[in-house]
Parts: sequence; C-alpha cells; structure tokens
Amino acid sequence: MNTLETIKNYVTSNISYELANESDFFELDLVDSLFALQLVTFVEQQFGFSIEPDDLDIAHFCSIAALHRFVEAKLG
Amino acid sequence: MNSDLTESQLAVRSRIRDFAKTHIEPVANEIDTAQVTPAFVIMAMAENGWLGAALPTDWGGGGLDPLEYGLVTEEIGRVSSAVRSLMTVHNMSTQALLRFGSDEQRARWLPSLCKGQKTIAFALTEPDTRGAIGEINTVVEKDGDGYRLTGKKTWITYGQIADLFLVFAREGKMPVALLVERGSPGFTTEPIVDPLGTRGSMLAKIHFDRVRVEMSNRVGKVGAGLSFVASTALDHGRYSVAWGATGIARACLEASTQFATHCTQNTSALIAHQLVQRRLTNILMHETTARALCYRAAQFRCRQDARAAAETSLAKYHAADVAFDAATNAVAIHGGMGCSADLPIARYLRDATVLNIIEGTQEMLQTSLSSYAARKLHAEQ
Repeated sequence: MNTLETIKNYVTSNISYELANESDFFELDLVDSLFALQLVTFVEQQFGFSIEPDDLDIAHFCSIAALHRFVEAKLG
Repeated sequence: MNSDLTESQLAVRSRIRDFAKTHIEPVANEIDTAQVTPAFVIMAMAENGWLGAALPTDWGGGGLDPLEYGLVTEEIGRVSSAVRSLMTVHNMSTQALLRFGSDEQRARWLPSLCKGQKTIAFALTEPDTRGAIGEINTVVEKDGDGYRLTGKKTWITYGQIADLFLVFAREGKMPVALLVERGSPGFTTEPIVDPLGTRGSMLAKIHFDRVRVEMSNRVGKVGAGLSFVASTALDHGRYSVAWGATGIARACLEASTQFATHCTQNTSALIAHQLVQRRLTNILMHETTARALCYRAAQFRCRQDARAAAETSLAKYHAADVAFDAATNAVAIHGGMGCSADLPIARYLRDATVLNIIEGTQEMLQTSLSSYAARKLHAEQ
C-alpha cells in the first residue's frame, strides 16, 4: 500500500463520512482536537519519523492530501 | 489487575504509598482547611522525585512509564487532591514543553522543572469563557522582536506560587502558547479563596498588563497553541485526574468499609444492613471499573497507540463520575460524621465535585467521546 492509500485508509476508517482527499475535516467539524493528537501519533508510528515543533501546523493535518504532502516531504 | 504489575511497578507503588502516608496524609486535612500546601510538602515531593516522576531521566526526571505514573497519581490522589493537582499541572505543562518546546526552551527550563526545583502552572481558563478552549480573549501584539501580552486568566492551579506559566493567548485570530515567568513586569496574581474543592491547590487569578514576552518564549508555531500544545497538556492532565479520581474512590471505599464494620446500629454492625451493603458494593464496583479504565488508558499510552488520548478521556470521564458517586455514598454511610470536618469524607465529596469540571468538563468530554464512539464503530465495521 502506498503512502496516500495508507493515510486515506486510516483517516476514512476513523471518520464516518465520504471524504475527498482535499476535504478539511477540521473545518467540516467532523473531528476534534483529540483526533489531531491521534493523527500526530499515527503518522509518527506509521512512517517512523518524529514530528518536530516546527511541523505542528494544523494545515499539515487537516486533510488526507495535506497529510500526504507533509509525510512525503518528511520522508524526502 | 494487580497481578499484572511488574516488580518495578509494585516497588514504585510501595514507595509512593509509604511517602503519601508519611508526608501528605497527616497534613491533608490541614492543607484543605488552611487552603495552602505547605512548602515542606512541595519540597518533599520534589526531593523524593515525585514532582517530576513521569518526566525523562535525561532531563533529571524520574522516567516512570505511564502505568507507574498512574499508580503514583492514585496514591497521592487518595490522600490529597490538592497535592495531586500540583503533580497534574506541573506534569501536564512540562510534558507540553518537552514535546513542543524548542531546544533552547528545553535546555533552559526542563532541568529545573524535571527535578521539581521550579514549578509550572497551566494558564488557559479565562473569566468570561468558562473553559471553552476556542474562546481566548487574552491577546499578544508584536513588540519589536517580542510580544506584549494582555488579558486575564482564572482558576489557575498553584497560580499563587508557580515560577513559570504556560499561557494561551491569541495573536490575531491564531492561538499561541507562551512561557511567562512570575515577576515579569505587568504580571500579577490574586489568590482565589474558599473554592468548593481542592482547596489547598492555591488557585489564582492572573492579570497580564502588557507583559513583555520574548519571541523565544513562544512554544510551538503560531496557530498550534490550542490544537497541539494545550491539547497535549490537557491529555496528560486528564490521565492524571483519572487516576486521582480513582484514588478518591479507593479512599471512600476504605473509609466506608472500616466505618461500617466498626459502627453499630440497633446492636448490629452497619455492614449487616442491606442498604449499607448496597452502597459499599456500588463503591467497590465503581472503584474497580474506574481503575480498569485507567489501566486500559495506561496500556494505550505505554504502546503509544494513536487512540491513547481518547481512551484517556474515557477513563477521566468515568473515574470523575465514580469519585463523586463513591464520595456521595461514603457521606451517606458515615451519616453525621460524613459531614464533619474531623474526617476527610466531606473533603472527598468536595474534591470529587471539582474533578467533574477540571481538564474538560464532563459535558465537553461527552462531545469528544461521542465523536470517538462514532469513529471507533466505523473503524471496527
């Protein structure tokens, strides 16, 4: 499974709505801050890198596509 | 459950139990009535390594794992919710700094915080917002290479004495987290007297009147103040409160069982009466389920499971309810003595009431936990 599919599977398995990759699930009020923390832990565990203070921008965590771009950039 | 504890965990529990009985329990009622935690208690907590017990050894902390830290919190919470609240705020704020602080901030603050030489408080709640996380009226404005901070905070645990404050404000519409030192010009605190519960937690109102804050004291990025920094701190706080609430329930069970066994009514021991049996059974059942959810949250945290924060909220939600219920039953079993200042029973009830409000009210947790329930159901289908 590639990075995008892994992220998409995780997010959609946690949100009971159909989501486009660019849908901002925080703006749509589908999730709360607990889910933000959940996503941070998921990304660290799944992709094996530490999220640094400078990475903690909600813009990186607000949609499947944003998460994908962030993870790809971190993985270099 | 106890049989699952390792030798190391059992040793930690034994040490903290002895410490709590020796250093805190004898003065717990006095802490409540005087509304002050004596300096010698705080010093003993620091010198014995309990204040920084869950913080990394690299920085001078105790390096306990989440379950060990939970056991410690339960033992402290069993004897004094006020002292437990010191551990809670100190640990939750330091954990946020550990996670999101810059290298410079960590190097500057973590050694003294982890060793308990300095204490840190968490300043989020404001007079007009009643704890709503997204409504912050405290603001910063740019001032050269730093900020000017203006606003008010309230219900700040150990705000009367903390050395450092993790303060949440808005920069424009974006939330920011800042480290502010006591003694900064324009920073003042005002004690809150006669609160209902955790009366020894030295609550304070804080006023910031254009307090100068260096840019290097901002924790995390602009915009990350609430979603990440405050949320992480509150997650650690809820974990601590959950175990502390379980400690209150255990204290209620122990006191009520002892009282019902030794007191008689109509020539038979209270415990022989079926209505008393029912109350004791309910306390036992609830105390057991609260601890089970705390253990479950500990397991999620130990394996750094992504659902740990939600499971922690669930444990806090249940344990806070349980503590209140247990204390209500304990008062009923003790009758008039349950209302007396000579016993800690009334204190348990007042402290348990507070646990239903702090680190996210029960109603706020219902909102996030119902969302978690939907996610959980969806993930399992």
